[in-house]
This record gives sequence, C-alpha cells and structure tokens, in this order.
Amino acid sequence: MLNSKIPAGPLEQKWVDYKGHCKLVNPANKRKLEVIVVGTGLAGASAAASLGELGYRVKAFCFQDSPRRAHSIAAQGGINAAKNYQNDGDSVFRLFYDTIKGGDYRAREANVHRLAEVSVNIIDQCVAQGVPFAREYGGLLNNRSFGGTQVKRTFYAAGQTGQQLLIGAYQALERQVALGNVKMYTRHEMLEIVKIDGKARGIIARDLVSGKLERHFGHAVLLCTGGYGNVFYLSTNAMGSNVTAAWKAHKQGAFFGNPCFTQIHPTCIPVSGDHQSKLTLMSESLRNDGRIWVPKKKDDNRKPNDIPEEERDYYLERRYPAFGNLVPRDVASRAAKERCDAGYGVGTTKQAVYLDFRSNLINKYGRAEANKRGIENPDEATLVALGKEVVKEEYGNLFDMYEKITGENPYEVPMRIYPAVHYTMGGLWVDYELMTTVKGLYALGEANFSDHGANRLGASALMQGLADGYFVIPYTIGNYLADEIAVKPISTDHEAFVAAEKEVNERINTLMNIKGSQTVESFHKRLGKIMWEKCGMARNEQGLKEAIAEIQALKKEFWSDVRIPGDINEYNPELDKAGRVADFIELGELMCLDALNRNESCGGHFREESQTEEGEAKRDDANYSYVAAWEFKGNHEWNLHKEELSFEVAKPSQRSYK
Amino acid sequence: MEQTINVTLRVWRQKNANTDGKFESYPVSNVSTEMSFLEMIDVLNEQLIKEGKDPIAFDHDCREGICGMCSMYINGRPHGPWHANTTCQLHMRAYKDGDTITVEPWRANSFPVIKDLVVDRSAFDRIIQAGGYISVNTGNAVDANAVPVEKQKADSAFAAAACIGCGACVAACKNSSAMLFVSAKVSHLSLLPQGAPERKTRVMNMIAQMDKEGFGACTNTGACEAVCPKEISISNIARLNQEYLSSSFTTAE
Repeated sequence: MLNSKIPAGPLEQKWVDYKGHCKLVNPANKRKLEVIVVGTGLAGASAAASLGELGYRVKAFCFQDSPRRAHSIAAQGGINAAKNYQNDGDSVFRLFYDTIKGGDYRAREANVHRLAEVSVNIIDQCVAQGVPFAREYGGLLNNRSFGGTQVKRTFYAAGQTGQQLLIGAYQALERQVALGNVKMYTRHEMLEIVKIDGKARGIIARDLVSGKLERHFGHAVLLCTGGYGNVFYLSTNAMGSNVTAAWKAHKQGAFFGNPCFTQIHPTCIPVSGDHQSKLTLMSESLRNDGRIWVPKKKDDNRKPNDIPEEERDYYLERRYPAFGNLVPRDVASRAAKERCDAGYGVGTTKQAVYLDFRSNLINKYGRAEANKRGIENPDEATLVALGKEVVKEEYGNLFDMYEKITGENPYEVPMRIYPAVHYTMGGLWVDYELMTTVKGLYALGEANFSDHGANRLGASALMQGLADGYFVIPYTIGNYLADEIAVKPISTDHEAFVAAEKEVNERINTLMNIKGSQTVESFHKRLGKIMWEKCGMARNEQGLKEAIAEIQALKKEFWSDVRIPGDINEYNPELDKAGRVADFIELGELMCLDALNRNESCGGHFREESQTEEGEAKRDDANYSYVAAWEFKGNHEWNLHKEELSFEVAKPSQRSYK
Repeated sequence: MEQTINVTLRVWRQKNANTDGKFESYPVSNVSTEMSFLEMIDVLNEQLIKEGKDPIAFDHDCREGICGMCSMYINGRPHGPWHANTTCQLHMRAYKDGDTITVEPWRANSFPVIKDLVVDRSAFDRIIQAGGYISVNTGNAVDANAVPVEKQKADSAFAAAACIGCGACVAACKNSSAMLFVSAKVSHLSLLPQGAPERKTRVMNMIAQMDKEGFGACTNTGACEAVCPKEISISNIARLNQEYLSSSFTTAE
C-alpha cells in the first residue's frame, strides 16, 4: 500500500533522472493554480517564495505576528553542505554516507542522497540573497565542524545561523508578497485540512486576533509546520511550536512516520526549577572547542576550576577516542545521562556535566593569537584575554545567553549542560516527492519524517528545511499539479468546506464549555513529565505500557476538567494553547505505541532491552529495518504499515565512533 | 544563588484596540530569582486563570532572545533594565524583594495595541516588502565563493543583519522613529556586493514606506541604540542617511 515512489536507477542518478522526466506546468497554467503553505520557517518560507517566483498563486500562513519569527530563527550552529571548500575530503557521497550512518540506518537512501546533492545549491542561493556567513580574511567562506563527521563542512554566521538563513528566506518571501504572488496571513492557525474526492483542497484557519474561522481553497496544501518536541513540555522549541497542523492531517488520513524518533540534544542549559517554561540549547558547535567532563570522584563538591586535570574524566574522549567530543548527539546525550545516573553529575541538581572552554581558549586560540601578534612567552592571563577575543567572535551570543540565564560567566567557569529534547526526526510520512498519503497534501522540513532516520546530525535541519523548500518541492509539486490544470478553484461554499468548518467550530465550543478547574498549562506539564520519564532518553516495555495508560487517563481528564478563560471571538492565547495540548496528548500516546513496537535501539530511540555489553544502542536489522507508518483508525486506534528500507550503497553496520 | 522574592506588577490592561486601557496591580509572591521575567508572568497568569480572571496577553515565542516576538516596556525601558537583552532573557535576579514593576506595551501609533501587551508590528513587514531584499530567484545563484567579500564588510553586514525586528527602537524613541530598524536592513544589504544593484531604489522605497506607516523622524538622541537587544549601532543610521542622500542626487525620476 505504501509507495515511496523512489525513482529507479543508480543512487546518484535518481534525482537527475527525476528532474529530467517529471511533468511540468507551463507559466500560464501556473497562474491558475493555487497553493497553500502552512508555516513560514525555513521550509515554508523557502517553498512559498520559490513557488511564488515560479508563478503559482500562493497563500502562506503562520501563527506568529510575522513570518520572520518562525522557530528556525533560533537555530544556532550552522548548515552543512558538501562544498569541500576546505579540501579535507568532503563530497556529496560523504555527506550522504555520514547522514545515513548518523541516522543509524533508518532513513531512505534516495532522499538522503538528494539532500546531499542539493546542499551545495543552498549555500549558493543563500549567499546570493545576502546571508552574511562567516568569512576568512581572503573574503571566502569559513567552515566549522559538527558532530558525527570528520570534515569541516558546516557554514555558519556566529551562533545565529538559523536567524540569518530565515531572514534570507523571509526577505525572499516578502518580495513575493510585494509582487502579489504570495498572500500572507499572519496570526493565523490551521485547524483542519479540507479534502474533496480524496484530495487535499484547502484548509480551515482561525484568525487568532478575531477568533473567526476562515476557509481557504488550494489545489495543493503544503505543511511546513515543524516538529513536535513540545509534547515533552520542556524542550528547546519555541513556546508556540506545536503538532496541530500535522495532527489534523494525520487524522485526515496522512500516515505518521516513526513518531518515537526524538532527538535529545546533549548540550542544553539544565533545568533550574519547577517554574521552567522552556530549555535553551548551547550549540553543538561549542563541542568543537569545549571539552566535556565530570569529576572522577562521585559527589565531588569542589568548584570546577579547583578540580585538577588528573581528577577530571573526559568521558567522551575516553569512550570514543576517534570522534571524542564530536560524537553524534544521541551518543553524547546517553553518555551524559550514564555519568549523572552513576552519581558523577555536577551542580546543585547533580543533573549536569561540564562543557569547558578553558584549555582551548588558552592553548588553541590564545596561543594562535599570541603567535600572530608576535608576543613571545605570553603568560596565562594574556593567553586567556587573547583567546576570549576569538571565542567571542565565534560564539559570543551563546556565551552571553548562558550568562543571562544562569548568572555565571562561561569564560571563567565551565558551562553546566544536560541533554534536552530538541528535534523530532519522526513526522508525517512522505514519499520521494514529499507527498503524504493524502493526495495533494505535502509535508516539508521537520514536519516530515524523511531524511534523518533515527538520529539527525548537527547542522542538517537547516539543510533539509531549505532543500525541501528551495530545491525539491518546486519540481515535485509540478509533477502533481500538471494533472490538476483543468481543476477550477473550488468555491469555499462547497459542502466539504462547510462540514470541516462546522467540525472545527464544534470542537472549539466543546473545549470552551468544559469550564473545569485545571489550567491548560498544568495538563501540558503532566503530559511532558510522563513523556520524559517513560518515552525519553531510555525506554522500556513496562514504562511505555504504563505511559499509554496514563496518557489515556490524562486525555479523559483534560476533556472533562480543563479551564479556558475568555471568549472564542477574541484574542485568546489560552484557547489556542488548549487546542494544541489536546493534540499533543493524542500524539503522546502514538509515540509511546511506536516506541513499544520498535523493540530495538537505534539512534535516539534507546530501548533498554536492546543494548550491547558496553551499553551502546543495539539495532535489530532483521526485524526493524523499516519505517513505521501509522494510520489513524479512531480513538486510541492505529494500524501499522511498514515501509521496508533497502540499503544498496551504505551497507548497515554497527555504528562505531570509537 | 536562588532566592525567593515578592513583587508587585502594574500591568497595562486593554481588551482590544477599540477600548481604553488602564493599569492594574497584581501581587506576585514566592518568585524564584532563577525565573525568567516571562516565567514570572506565567505564574501570575496561572493564578489569574484559577481565580476566574482574564490572564495577561503578551507576545512571546522562542524565549531565547532571537525571534523578536516579546515586547514589554518595563519600568520605562523596552525589554527591561539589562543591557543588550530581550524581555524573555531578563531574569528575576534583576529585582529585589518588594519591588513594584510597571509593564506597558510598545507605545507607537504605528504599533496599535491588539490586547494588553500585544501590539501589531506588521508595519515592519511592509517596510521589508518595499525593498528589504535582494531580487534573486531560487536557482539563479553563482557559486558561493565566486564573489569574495571583504571580511570586515561581511562582519559589519552581519552585525546589522542581527536585528530581530522587535521594535524596541521605535518604542524607546520619543518620535517613534523606525530609523534604526530600517537602517539595519539597508546597511546589511548595501554593504554586500550582492546587494549593490538595487542599492539606490532599495533605500528610497524603504524610507517612503517607513514614512507612509507613520513612523517619526530621527533626531539623533540615540535611545534606540541604548535599548537595542542586539546592539545595532546608530552608525547604521548615518549610513542610511548617506545612502539616501546619494541616491536622491543620482536616481532618475
């Protein structure tokens, strides 16, 4: 039943051949075709801009007050591309291979190869738009390295790469708005997909300022709505990041792929108390220059700078000498948890490890600057001062952010860090053309499941979002719309629109009329606690079964006791949040179900029952080399469909970073 | 170290753009100094909802100082007392037990209030639409290293491009001028060789739109720079003026 539509032929020819043979829509017909884009992060803004440029009539939606605020803006460290500007052995094949291996052999080869191919075009496009990437003194682009690779292929703009890329895409989008090719709807939230004769033909959106529901027609609908990490309540996602659009699509027939594949990022600022509303990432790029350690002694309460070198356990360098501090995220996160669980954690909560810049500040940057400036025999204070200048340029905003949040100066004392939910590799199942199992409904960027397998490598999310929006969808959507040119815009008085709006309206009224005693926030926190404890960094059968029962009970309680203040027809953020939390609760159950089904460990999914003697994740290729695509069947019911993965080029092996 | 304090919030409450607003006072007790300012408001809102009252509406999203959505005018200063900071990154360490904190929305005619502390900043998007971009369709680009860019210029362009579009500059300015915002974008794009072909029309069109939106003139008081969370330099305004003048002299009518 699942057809991934992967083109035939050798891996490196598939995308070339596809582009050479896909159907095209002529310019006059493009002007008659309407496309709805939901979400304006990297995937959505780049798709809306590119489709507008091609001549399609685009409507774009975001829940924020401006498309520039989408959470792609917060991505820090960088974007990968197989440019090999560093002459250090990079190539399209290597980026492909690193991504497949980093994803623990749970991604599609064809998609990942295409991603690696177009990565080089992304950098060109962004530079042409005026994205101010970091440069060398010769005026050419600089690179840094990220986890899970041995080359320097990451392009960056200090610790604000996502911001600069999104501003680039946002400006391209606003240009199309000015030209009239894109109509932008801000402070709007999609609340339903409208299907006519089995095809996605529009959406029901709510104007978040007036509270009014609106009907919008489109020949195709693109969901570029990001990931669902906020199901854990605490994550590095923005407060508004949510699964609602994807979940509505799922309930309308779009299968959900690998929902349990969650990325826990190793370097985040630890939780400080119950009041915590979100967690903040400290970019993976810091692992270039920071060394991670804990004291060798349990419950060592000395200040970090008082602990001598020989009493520090650089556990990543010890366990993984080949990759050291640059192991992939899932490996680094589990290693931190292992040390903390064993009693070596630091800080007041003991749920943290140190990320220490001092040795590189002095030895790497300080000495290099001293040499450059001809200072002979510099003392330590001079080296620190010189090193600080360089580090400030590379990561200054991150260091400032750390100090604001914790009140500690990371130039002086090591950062305290701990893993936190960051990204979701799972998402709506899509075929090679990024179409979901609903015809005419597409999912791009983090909202789909397609490219990162069971673990995403650092600096690859930006790459995928922009690849999908700039370079994939402009081709693949034509292949579908070429057969739709005869379809006239359907009136939003059509019964399908009326019925969809009625359903949304009833749901909102039901929510508002519960008038219970518990706040939306309190339910979200409880859901997050269940998910983090039982479907977080380590999972087991018993815990997952308990979690499913607890979530089902929570759902009942939510729908009988939630309290939402205010009215429907006004600006009411609590009502918006209630709808999102209701969807997160349902998603949480499916995530646990998927985690329970996948009785193997792979990437970020660690089943305690399936590990090597050294505690590394143990895959079970014989039984689980498939994408789990879940079909919604009704309340608490799903059918599992399997897309078998075949590896013709990158042969699966036990991942080793030793 | 973590401490617990009690504060009083004086908050601007306004149901919508068509009604008058007024200040309301709320005591907030047992506030951890490790909380962020917005987390303190979260706590207050939970309390208000439980009491059957309307929670305070405010814009916020990333809560890590980069999306530009948060926008509170705290004790007479956009984004509160800390230098180079957004409201979401302000922490309660900044306050003492017993403090009264006054919170208002951005005040500017071009930023009408939507509700309480939420304002409409779509004027900024329209200024970008007027020319804050480089006209390059997807697929047109040459190799990224084909055009070297002087590091210093690239760094200056980046420093200007770091603007998060929050509007603090407008809120701080006695004239509600948007010059810092506009100059940051004009500088970002005019410093780069890729932005050169549209340099003259860009600045003219963006300024025209800025005026049309009703933002005031710049009188060089520097309040904008002082409160900018991303430390956008006022020297960008000088560059904007220079760009504007040179293009006024040379642009064909």
